Parts: sequence; structure tokens; C-alpha cells
Amino acid sequence: MEVNGLKLELGYIFIKDIQFAEKSKVENGTLYVNKEEVKAIILEDQNFKSADVELAKPGESVRIMPVKDVIEPRVKVEGPGGIFPGMVSKVETVGSGKTNVLKGAAVITTGKIVGFQEGIIDMTGPGAEYTPFSQTNNLVLVCEPIESLKQHEHEKALRFAGYKVAMYLGELAKNMTPDQVDTFETPTLVEGIKMYPELPRVAYVCMLQSQGLMHDTYVYGVDAKQTISTLIYPTEMMDGAIVSGNCVSACDKNTTYHHLNNPVVHDLFAEHGKTLNFVGVIITNENVYLADKERSSNWSAKLAEYLGVDGVIVSEEGFGNPDTDLIMNCKKIENKGIKTVLITDEYAGRDGTSQSLADADVRANAVVTGGNANEVIELPPMDKIIGHVEVADVIAGGFDGSLHADGSITAELQVITGATNEMGFNKLSAR
Amino acid sequence: MVKEIERAGIPVVHMCTIVPISLTVGANRIVPTIAIPHPLGNPSLTLEEERDIRRNLVGRALRALETEVTEQTVFEK
Amino acid sequence: MLKVVHYINQFFANVGGEEMAHIPAELREGNVGPGLAFQQAFGDEAQIVATIVCGDSYFNENMEEAQKTIINMVKELQPDLFIAGPAFNAGRYGVACGTIAKAVKDQLNIPVLTGMYKENPGADMFKTSLYVVSTKNSAAGMRDAVKKMAPLALKLAKGEKIGASSEEGYMPNGIRKNFFDTERGSKRAVKMLLSKLADKEFETEFPMPDFDRVAPNPAVKDITKAKIALVTSGGIVPKGNPDHIESSSASKYGKYDIDGVMDLTEATYETAHGGYDPVYANLDPDRVLPVDILREFEKQGKIGSLHRYFYTTVGNGTAVKSAKAFAAKFAQELKADGVDAVILTST
Repeated sequence: MEVNGLKLELGYIFIKDIQFAEKSKVENGTLYVNKEEVKAIILEDQNFKSADVELAKPGESVRIMPVKDVIEPRVKVEGPGGIFPGMVSKVETVGSGKTNVLKGAAVITTGKIVGFQEGIIDMTGPGAEYTPFSQTNNLVLVCEPIESLKQHEHEKALRFAGYKVAMYLGELAKNMTPDQVDTFETPTLVEGIKMYPELPRVAYVCMLQSQGLMHDTYVYGVDAKQTISTLIYPTEMMDGAIVSGNCVSACDKNTTYHHLNNPVVHDLFAEHGKTLNFVGVIITNENVYLADKERSSNWSAKLAEYLGVDGVIVSEEGFGNPDTDLIMNCKKIENKGIKTVLITDEYAGRDGTSQSLADADVRANAVVTGGNANEVIELPPMDKIIGHVEVADVIAGGFDGSLHADGSITAELQVITGATNEMGFNKLSAR
Repeated sequence: MVKEIERAGIPVVHMCTIVPISLTVGANRIVPTIAIPHPLGNPSLTLEEERDIRRNLVGRALRALETEVTEQTVFEK
Repeated sequence: MLKVVHYINQFFANVGGEEMAHIPAELREGNVGPGLAFQQAFGDEAQIVATIVCGDSYFNENMEEAQKTIINMVKELQPDLFIAGPAFNAGRYGVACGTIAKAVKDQLNIPVLTGMYKENPGADMFKTSLYVVSTKNSAAGMRDAVKKMAPLALKLAKGEKIGASSEEGYMPNGIRKNFFDTERGSKRAVKMLLSKLADKEFETEFPMPDFDRVAPNPAVKDITKAKIALVTSGGIVPKGNPDHIESSSASKYGKYDIDGVMDLTEATYETAHGGYDPVYANLDPDRVLPVDILREFEKQGKIGSLHRYFYTTVGNGTAVKSAKAFAAKFAQELKADGVDAVILTST
């Protein structure tokens, strides 16, 4: 039957354990991985001189640092295109048909520090409560670059290594029958108005970090810095149309995993057709030039008005100057008579008394917070470290003396991957 | 109420006993008064003496209205 | 067993109402009035060893003296905790509770706690310097107040870690604290949006810094030519309160014609305000609304004229939103009537 708009069936194969084995496969909820094949994929890129692959499971006394990206293995089963279009797959429009997901598994990239903001994932202890990735069965890629590799190249190589391994694992699920299937459908604008004339019309404005090395996001392979605010179907995001090239500060970085599992998208879909009409998604960037900020926020407000929505949820990525983008989006959309709810996080200082956002406006009267990223946490020593511990002192949120002789770490929540996520992925909040 | 009157463009002076409250509610010109139940009077004095106090306080209020201010100002005299 | 000293006003001590608001601080043994409820909530963990009773007007009009006396009383008792109130929406009581609690905290280094309604002027004044539990707006909320205050009080007395404001029940004090909510942020956002779209009440998780200061208007150029209007929150109304302005939580304001009136007298005017001792205002309403002096100034040419209408409402427990709405409305009338400046008196 002809479907107007996009309809995607997400099939979950629940992964409860991960192990190394001779043959890579998924059986009875366990993901078996051939270590050598994975290494070979990483080393296809000659920018890496060596690679290692490790496992990190929930509850283990394991610390992974510095974390660059987290990716969920998915595969297209039916429908056009492949996962991560424009990056690893061709640019074909995704988001329809069927996609299988290894739910409960994740690929984590790590390695010699590239910049300041890579993070920490603890699989147990107090730190584990702040990251969703202490709950996933992780395949950790430890990749060492060749000498004198430029930072941009290093970052790119690591980024692609993550996607390629995730694709490799995803393929294992291609012909499997999912344990659970969720269907997501977004009708066209006109169809949607006919279907739900009585329900409030809501759009999601997803802000994307786009500020340079380690701060970039890609949409169908296009650097978000170079995009103008535009529309995208929520199911395209489920197939990896948007991927992460950034770790702004680990705590409020949207990993590729976050983009694939965008919680605002899921929670709006949960209400779609019941209490609201989830019309669609506007993506907009966060550039470093004032003119760009004005242009992008003007555009997102223009699109919101054009879509005829009554309200929007706006999620920010990052902090500092993007707070200005957040407030601009809020003001301009509110000025169109459209109600906004913002999701952000806070940098209220270690004592919690500083002004949480760099910018503010009286119209931003409905705000959800992912917590104060400056709050200090004590991370106990772990039995095993995957990666490099000594970077604790220099990653954002760490400070001179963060890493103690006994292996424990005193640092701000900033260091924990995904801790104060601004898509609202976590239950953490603040008052 | 003080802020709404100010917002409408009319200079306003707040005569009240609990100055900290006036500061919190945002009055810009403040004249401290005698007591809560009788801000502009003092029943322990004669009527004539009370009127003097009242004259004094109201006079101060008028002076406050004639004074340019840039921030919240308490007119103690 | 932890030792607690409790501070309450003349009303909650059953000494009397407004007419007894002038009594100085006195020390009583054990718990008095609402102290019993606190004692019951404390169980064996703490004991209210003494209660200090003080008149609200006495405290506010003799702040230095009252604080000195009370500090000495508390110092001698050496309690582990000092609780004041709860004051609900009683403005002077709230200010007294906040002031004395802060003084005890600063001077004696004893953990303190108070509670009041969010619109009590004492709330904004003190919520950033001490823990102020958010209560309902009247004594009918005593049980709810004690339920929130007692556990937090014990925590403070024991030196335990205090969590986020929404967890512990105190008014957000500008110190952001993390905590784990029951639902994830995106779900909270969807719910908040649905409420906002339906014009239902919702609470933001992060209030923007308060911007609501209005810049002062330029001074009056020539006061001798100015038309001055009188406004009061002291509830002065024509005798008999013809419009029935409520003595508390006013739902309206009054606009009255004083054309030809040179002086407010006991026979012609009165106060409707229930939040202060009305005796003095009733005997001579000029003590709250100085019509006599302004008429004098008018005759002497010190002002251009006294506007023929005055506006009045009762500022006792009246919601901020209401008062704001009244003033927004009559401010427009004042403007239309060519009023150059306003004297607003409060009790």
C-alpha cells in the first residue's frame, strides 16, 4: 500500500551478553564477536598503526576513557538506503521500510587523546549511574594513530572506524526475526492535518553542534556547519542520517547512539495521535558566527511557523555560546505565537550558585534541565582501564590532580559520557 | 503595585515601614515610615505633633519624586 | 536527644491577634502552639526545650533590640536547631522569622529552618540565605508544613547532606543541586509542553534569572505644578466599606472621590485591612492616607493639585498577581487623568 510520508518498523533483537568467539553471530541474546575481523576493519584505514578490541559489560569494574563516540549496531532489512547514509552508506533517503537493531549492544571508540573533551564511562560504581552506557554490552575499540597524524584526520579516522564496526555488527542481525517491533510513521503535512484535526501540532527543533574539530555533526554526510535549518523525518534519524563527530564536553555530547535513539523523537511518537500531532523535526545548527546564529534561528522560527505548529520542544547540544542559539530559537519561535519547551543542561559552578546558562530571556519560561555539569563526583578506582587513564587531568571537567595515585578520579560530571544529555535521555535533573 | 505604576510611566514613591520588602518588590523611590499600623502618624504624640511628622514625611516623598534616581533609592531624610 | 528552640508570634502562641502584636519577646518552657505538632513529628529524635514568643509589630519595629534579646535567649539554651514559624502568608511574621533565623545562624552558628508561603515578602528576602520551606498560604496548611519542615529540620540538626529543593521541600535558593527524577528529561519536556499548550500550570525546572525590575521614571520637573495621586495598600475605604473590599486576599480595589475632602476622619473613613491593628487607622485615616497634609500643600502651592480619586486595596495576603492586575488597570486611568506622580503608602 502506498504510504505517504515515511513509515519505519524498528525490530529489536535484545542483546544480554557479549563475548569473543571464532565466528561472529547473534545467538540466544548473546553477541559473539570475532576479534580479528573487527581489528582488520579498523586497520583498513592506514592512519591507524595498531588496534585492539575489548569487552566492557554492565557491572564489571571497568573504566573506559577517553571515549570518543558510542554507536548502536543497526542494519537496513527492507527499504531504500543503508545505515549512516552519506557517511558509510550511499546518500539514498532512509527512514522507511524495516531496520533491525542490536538493542543492548554498543560500539565505543577510544584511543590516544585528540582534544580536550573525550569522556569516561564506568561500568560500575557511582559513575555508572550517570551514563546510559554502563547498561550496554560494549565492544570497545582502542585505536592508536600513526605518528604525527593531524588532529582532523585522526578524528575522522576514529569516527569512521566506529561506524564501520557498528555496520559489521549490524549485518549480523539482518536476517533475524526481531524480539519486538515498534512502528513509527510520519504522514505528510497535508495527510497529518486530515488525520488529527483536533490535536495540538508539535514539532521538534533539534539543535546540532557545529563548531569545528571535535564539535561537529553530520547530516547525510554534510558538515552541519554548512547547513541551513531544514526539515527531516524523525525516522531518518533512526537510520543514522545524523551522526556525531563531536564530544563537546562528554556530558552533553550527543553520541551517534543518542542520535539513533533520540528520546524526544520517541517520547513525541508515544503521544502522537493521542495527545498531540507530532508533525516533524526541524534541525538547526550552532555555528560560531553571530550572523550564522541569527540566520539559523530565523530559519527555524520560519519553518516552525510554516509547519503551522502550536508548540515545539527545542533540544540544545553543548553549552556556552550555543546558549545564545538556544535563546534565539526560543525568542523567535515564541514571537511567532508558538509555545516552546527547552531542554538544556547547566554550568552552575561547583557550588551550584553561578548563572546556569550564558544567555537568558523571560520567554524561556518552560525549561527541562539535564543537571549541573559542574557538580563534582568522586570516581573510585576500577580494576581495569580500557584506554588511557592519565588523560583524566586534561579532559574537560578534569583538573590538575583529578587523577589520584590510587586510580580514583575527582572530577566534574562533565567528564562522564552522556551525563547531562540535553535530548533528555536521562532522569538526571536539578533544582 | 508600585512596579505597575512605574511601568505605566508615572514616577511613584513608596512610603512604607518595612523597607526591605519595598526593595524586594522593586520600588525605585522609597521613604521609610513610622510603624505598620500608622505609617504616617504616631498616636503617642499630640495631633499637632503627628501632623508635623506627617508633613515631614510627605515632604520627603515629594522631594523623592523630584529627585532623579538610576536605581532603587531609600530617602532617609 | 537533639535540643530545639522554636520561635513563634503572638497569634500562634494564643496570646492574641493584632491587638497583641506589640508584645516583646518572652521565653516559654517546652513547646507552645504549633510546637506540639513539631514535637510529635520529631518523636524521640529531638525535643523542643523552649519557645520564644514575640509580637510581629514589636519585632519589626524594634529589630535590633528584639534580635539582641532573642539571640541571648537562644545562646543560653545552646540548642542543636532553631526553627521559626511557619509564617504562611503573614508578611511581618515571615520577615521576623527570616530575620531572627538568619541572625541565629550567623551569630550562633546553629542550623536554622523556617517556612512560609512563596509570596510572603520574607520568602524572597531570605530564601537564598537560609532554607525556607514552602508552605500553603494559611494556617490550614499547618499539617502539611510540619510534614515538610520536621524531616528537613532533623537533617539539618544532624548535619546530614541536603538534597535538591524539590526533593527536600525548601524554596529554590539559587543553589542548583542535581537529583534523579522519576522520568527522563524528554518525557518531562513532552508533559511540560502539553501543559503549556493547554494553558495549564506547569513548573519550569530552571527559572530564568528574575528580570522584573522597572526602570525609575524621570523625576517630576516642577512639583509645584504637579498633579499628585494617592494610592494605598493599607485598605483605607469610605466608612462602612461600601464595596466590601476583603480584609485579606482582596479580590478587588476601590476608587474613591475625595473632591472637596480636606481631611479623613473617623466618621467618614476607616480601614478594611485585617492584617494590622486597625485602631489607629480608624481613629485618623490620615495616618495611612495623608490627605490632610496634601490638601495643606495644595493650598500652599507646594504641589499643583491632589488628584480627586484615590485608589485602595488591602495588601494582606493578596496574591501578587492580583495586586499587579489591579495596579496595571488603574495605572492607565491615572495616566489618562493626567496624574504626574503617585504616592503609594503601605502598612
